[in-house]
Amino acid sequence: MSTFTNIGAIVRKEWQHYFGSPIAYAALFTWNLLFSVFFIFALNYFLEASLAPQGGMGGPPKPNINEWIFRPTLMNMAVVALFVAPMLTMRLFAEEQRQGTWELLATSPITDWQIVLGKFFGAVSVYALMIATSLLNFAVLFVYADPRPEWKPILTGALALLLMGSCFIALGGFLSTLTRNQIVAGILSFCLFLAIWTLSWLDNPMASDPVKVLAYLGVTNHMDDMVKGVLDTKDIVFYLSFIGFGLFLTQQSVESRRWRE
Amino acid sequence: MIEVADLRKSYGRFDAVSGVSFTVGKGEILGFLGPNGAGKTTTMRILTGFMPATSGRASVAGFDVFKSPLEAKRSVGYLPETPPVYPDLDVTSYLDFCARIKGVKSADRKARIDRAIEKARLGEVRGKLIGRLSKGYRQRVGIAQAILADPPVLILDEPTAGLDPQQIIETRDLIKSLGGDHTIILSTHILPEVSMTCGRVVIISKGRVVAEDTPENLTARLSSKGAVRLEVRAETRTAFDALRGVEGILTVNPRKNGSGNAVLELQAEEGKDIRAAAARAIVAANIDLLSMSQVSLSLEDVFLELTTKDAAGVTEVAPSHSEIFSPIATAPMAASSPSPEPEPSRAESSALEGPAPQANDTKETN
Repeated sequence: MSTFTNIGAIVRKEWQHYFGSPIAYAALFTWNLLFSVFFIFALNYFLEASLAPQGGMGGPPKPNINEWIFRPTLMNMAVVALFVAPMLTMRLFAEEQRQGTWELLATSPITDWQIVLGKFFGAVSVYALMIATSLLNFAVLFVYADPRPEWKPILTGALALLLMGSCFIALGGFLSTLTRNQIVAGILSFCLFLAIWTLSWLDNPMASDPVKVLAYLGVTNHMDDMVKGVLDTKDIVFYLSFIGFGLFLTQQSVESRRWRE
Repeated sequence: MIEVADLRKSYGRFDAVSGVSFTVGKGEILGFLGPNGAGKTTTMRILTGFMPATSGRASVAGFDVFKSPLEAKRSVGYLPETPPVYPDLDVTSYLDFCARIKGVKSADRKARIDRAIEKARLGEVRGKLIGRLSKGYRQRVGIAQAILADPPVLILDEPTAGLDPQQIIETRDLIKSLGGDHTIILSTHILPEVSMTCGRVVIISKGRVVAEDTPENLTARLSSKGAVRLEVRAETRTAFDALRGVEGILTVNPRKNGSGNAVLELQAEEGKDIRAAAARAIVAANIDLLSMSQVSLSLEDVFLELTTKDAAGVTEVAPSHSEIFSPIATAPMAASSPSPEPEPSRAESSALEGPAPQANDTKETN
C-alpha cells in the first residue's frame, strides 16, 4: 500500500515541476501544433484523393481514412516524440542531483524503485496528456466524415504512440541519472533516440540476420500494426520489455551512484 | 539511540572515514566538530542511509542502517549541508511532498506541516516559492523538513552555515528546544556553537575521532593553551633576550610588524599566567611595551594540535630553556638580526660575481 502512495507522491511532485515551469506547456504546445499541422496536411491529401475521379476499371481505389489520415499523422508524431521526450526526461534525475534534493529522496523511507517508477509515470502521464489532447483533432472527422471513421485504429494507434514514447522516456530517465547537467542528459537522450529511430530504416526483407536484429530494435517499426488497428501481443511485449529494461538500467544506475558518492 | 562502531568509508585508496566509533544517548545533543574534509558529512551520510559504509556498523534508534534501511530512515530527520529544497515549489507544497514520502499519515499531514512551519518560524513565507526565499529562510525550510515527521533522531549538517547572526541565534535556540525530545547530532566548525548547544563534542579529523569531551572541558583546555602577544619598540633580538629566563614561558615566536616594532607571541606552560612577569621583564630591560593581548587558540589550532600530536609533543615535552631560545633559526629572526657575519658576506660576493660574466658576454657579442 505504501508502495503506491510513495510512487504517487513522486508522480504528484513531478507534475508540480512540469506545470510549475514552462516545460509542460512548451511540450503540450509543440506537440499539439505539430499534430494539427500533420493532420491538416493528411486531411488535404485525403480530400484531393477523394475528389479525384474514381471508379472505372484500373482507377485508384477509394481512399481510406485510416490509411490516409490516422496512419501518417500518428507515424509523424512518433518522430515528434523523439524530440519531445528528452524535454520531459532530461531533468528527472540530473536536476535532483544538481539541486542537492537527491539527498532528500535518498534519505527518505522510500526505495530506489519507487523513486524511479514515480518519475517514469510522472513523465509518461504528461506525455499521455499530450496524446489525449491532440486526439481531439480527429473529432472533426467523426462530425463530418461519411461514413463515420472507425475509432478502434485511433485507440490502438494512440496506444502504440504511448508505448513507443514510454520507451524513450524510460531510456531518457536512465541517461538523466548519468550526469548532473540536464542539458548534457537532454543531448545524450536526443542522440540515442535518433540512433534508435534510424535503426528502423534498416528494416527490409533482404537484410542479413544481424541487420534484422538491429532493425527489430528500432522502436517505430512495432507501431505499424497497431496504427492499422491490429493489436499484436508480440509488439506489446516488445515495448513492455524495452520499457522494463530502461527502468532496470535507471534503478541500477541510481543504486550504483550510492556506492560511488 | 545512535551507535556507530568502527565505521570506515574508502574511495579507492583514500579513506574518508577510517574507524569512527561513538554513541549518542536518548535526548542528547552531540556536536560533531571538525575541519572541512574531516569526514563529518560522510559519517552523517552513512548514518542517514544516503550511502553505504565500506565496513563497520551503524544503527539508529535500534535499526541497523545497512540491514533495515527503511526503518532507520523513518526514524531520522536529516538536514544536509545544502538544504534539499525545490526552488519551483512553494513552502507548503514542498513540506506536503516531504510528508508524503516520509510516510506521514494523510490524517496527520496538515497538523504536522503546520507544526513544522510554526517551529521553524516560516509562517510569513508559507505560500512563497522557495526559489524566491533568502538563504536563511531556505535553511529553515530545510530544518522544517527534517523535523516534519517528528523522528526520534535528527542529524543536522552545519545547520547555521550561511545564516546571519540573528538567524544563527534563532536556529540555536530552535535546536536547543528540540533536544530532550529528540536525539540530535549536529556538525559544525564553529566552536562557540558547540558550547552553546551541545552536551558533548566529538572532534573528528582526517576520518578519525581525535577527541571526545564536554564543551566545558574543551573550552578550558583552549584557554589554558592561550598565547600572549606583546608589541614592543625594539629590535626583535633585544626583546627576545629580555624575555630569556622568565619563568613559565615555553616558547617565544618573534616577528617584525609593519611599523617596525617587534611582536612576540609567548606560549605559557599549562595553567600559568605569564602576563605580569613578561611585562615586568620587558620594562626592566628598558624596552617600551606598546601593547599586550591574550591570544585564544582558534579552532584550527586545536585541530592542528590534536591531529599532529607527535610534533606538538616534542616542543611541549622538552622545554629546556636553552633549547627553545637558541634555535633562533626562524626565518624572520635571522633576517632582522644584524649580528651573524658570514651570511650577508656570502650574499654580497655572489651578488658581485653574478653580473660580471654577464658583462663579459655582452662585450664578446658586441
